Amino acid sequence: MKLALFADLHSNLEAITACLVHARALGAERYAFLGDLVGYGADPVAVLELVQRYATDGAVVVLGNHDAAVIGRYTDPLNASAQAAIAWTQAQLGASHRAFLDALPLTVRDDNVLFVHASAAAPDRWIYVTGPVQAEQSIRAAGAHYVFCGHVHEQRLYYMGAAGHPLPFRPVSGTPIPTGKHRRWLAIVGSAGQPRDRNLAACYVLADLDRARLTFFRVPYDYRLAAQKIRAAGLPERLAWRLERGV
Amino acid sequence: MTSWQPGSEIDGFRLGELMRAGTMAMIYRLIGPDGPLPLVMKIPRLGHGERAANVISFEVERTVLGALAQSSHIPTLVAYGDVETSPYLVMEYVQGHTLSDWVARAPLAADEIARACSALALALDELHRQDVVHLDVKPSNVIYRASGEAVLIDFGLAHHAHFPDLLAEELHVPVGNWPYMAPEQVLGVRCDPRSDIFALGVILYRLATGRLPFGLPASMRELRQRLYRDAVPPRVLVPATPQWLQEIIFHCLEVDARERYASAAEVAFDLANPAQVAITERGSRTRRSGLGTRLRRWARAKRFEPAPCPPPKTPPEAAPVFVVALAMSHASEPLLEALRIATRRLAAADSRSRIACVTVVPRSAGLSDLRDEDPATNRHIKRLVELRRWAKPLELPEECLTYHVLESDKPAQALIDYARMNDVDQVLLGSPRGGALSRWLTGICAQVIAEAPCSVTVVRPPADS
Repeated sequence: MKLALFADLHSNLEAITACLVHARALGAERYAFLGDLVGYGADPVAVLELVQRYATDGAVVVLGNHDAAVIGRYTDPLNASAQAAIAWTQAQLGASHRAFLDALPLTVRDDNVLFVHASAAAPDRWIYVTGPVQAEQSIRAAGAHYVFCGHVHEQRLYYMGAAGHPLPFRPVSGTPIPTGKHRRWLAIVGSAGQPRDRNLAACYVLADLDRARLTFFRVPYDYRLAAQKIRAAGLPERLAWRLERGV
Repeated sequence: MTSWQPGSEIDGFRLGELMRAGTMAMIYRLIGPDGPLPLVMKIPRLGHGERAANVISFEVERTVLGALAQSSHIPTLVAYGDVETSPYLVMEYVQGHTLSDWVARAPLAADEIARACSALALALDELHRQDVVHLDVKPSNVIYRASGEAVLIDFGLAHHAHFPDLLAEELHVPVGNWPYMAPEQVLGVRCDPRSDIFALGVILYRLATGRLPFGLPASMRELRQRLYRDAVPPRVLVPATPQWLQEIIFHCLEVDARERYASAAEVAFDLANPAQVAITERGSRTRRSGLGTRLRRWARAKRFEPAPCPPPKTPPEAAPVFVVALAMSHASEPLLEALRIATRRLAAADSRSRIACVTVVPRSAGLSDLRDEDPATNRHIKRLVELRRWAKPLELPEECLTYHVLESDKPAQALIDYARMNDVDQVLLGSPRGGALSRWLTGICAQVIAEAPCSVTVVRPPADS
């Protein structure tokens, strides 16, 4: 059973569509969306309705901080362009969209797998897993073989060693990594909708848990169209510019 | 796990004799099922009293062997068992002598050392090109096939840049074989292909002298000595050692990885072309450094910062190797000039380029006679002089040019073999416009283009205006 994992979609319909097509072609049968479905991009309604359809078919969906901000449950200040996008998104959504977001859990546990947007240590505090210390806290709190998360936009794989400390690894796109169940793993699947490592391609992960393998992917998509839509919607220019540069 | 014995069956594989009982794993011949390859099974030693690193080594070897492209330089991985239930690896049984057999006969003649070790260097280069560092290069891990090709075995300590390094954390004591270990490995660096080049240097030293350059360290303190103590020059121990071999050995054994050969392919090139090795202080050294130098180095070693690992996919500053094939007796001046222009462009694109000027002469009848008046020798020297004269106007630094006169009655085949042996990146061939000569040279060009293992560029003189 292959599980496709997406995070930080950020209303980027072109990116998530390209990733879904890619994953389906490789035999994905289950799906998980790890939060931040909206914010930044110009297609919040289309992306939400797409994710809703997958959720109806059994996909895992968890809440992200941008999703929480849209429904007024996250009040920490965001940067100006993010804040502008939240305000714009709020105006686009209907009651059913808001209800869908409001009903999303912070974490989902499925046997030995934990899904969360940020850190399992305190899912509602939106801690960035930027290093081994945060990774260790999240892994220990999760108590699962695998933690899948987003929030941080760059793909990383942390693996718990015998010494009890996780080590970071920067994955190579398309290389299946053996991830035996005798270890604990934390995978940051990377942002589908707003990659920031100067690589314009969207990020996602395909997990083959029966065979204990994770493959990180980068999928090229029509970022020009996504950026053009952001400009047409009157969202801050910076948000379009970021997609065109991958920053 | 120790209950396995000849005759036992695991997942349909039947164990034959126990070939090797190492500290980390047992290796059995397989007597079934029948297949196209002779096979062995490697079973890690697990259980009470065994080291945890054994299972990690098993995972590492499975991952690295599974990810490497199939090649004559590594054993083919056929099957593996689950790490949690029955860890084992089934792989090709590589038949042949190990390099240990050579070590037992050391000191050896320089040409024998060069032959064995250039094959080993090419095998290492193939790994490095795939972002794998072996990190346990030692004589018992090198097997020679009947073809003369070297095969590297035992990837239990290897590092593959595309996979998490499961051994990174086990580094309170440096893993690997201490006598062959590079200084940066002593300090815990596991991602530098140049560490394998250091180990190759230790092997060369051992074959040339019969001794280990840094002895058999018994403690961390002794292991660290290689950060500041240099080895006794091989020429002191075995005066017959040629300078070029000592030069290559000390070039491999540089403490700072950046000072070593940038790629194993360059070591292979130098070993295959001893006459072209530029002798520096390394080659002519006649004693170890004095007390003052040693003290200075010792102080520096205390805060020694290993070189950063080169980024994956791009071999560290791998100097491109170009061959310019010159048909000296047939080429016109406009064609030679066109080749100069093309060569100058290549050299300008990368200042580290190495340019081999090659010409092929027919095989002479009496080879062994090397008296000066011998016509074959004269012709050889004449061609070398011509090659140098051709290259002079390029005004390139002497160290990036080499000159080779190949003897063969099949010029195209000689060039192809040369390109393969020396891991050449690109061949430049001249072809004139029109005439009977053109057809003959075009035939050579066509064969080189069809069979050379690298890019081939055909250079033509400008059209008459």
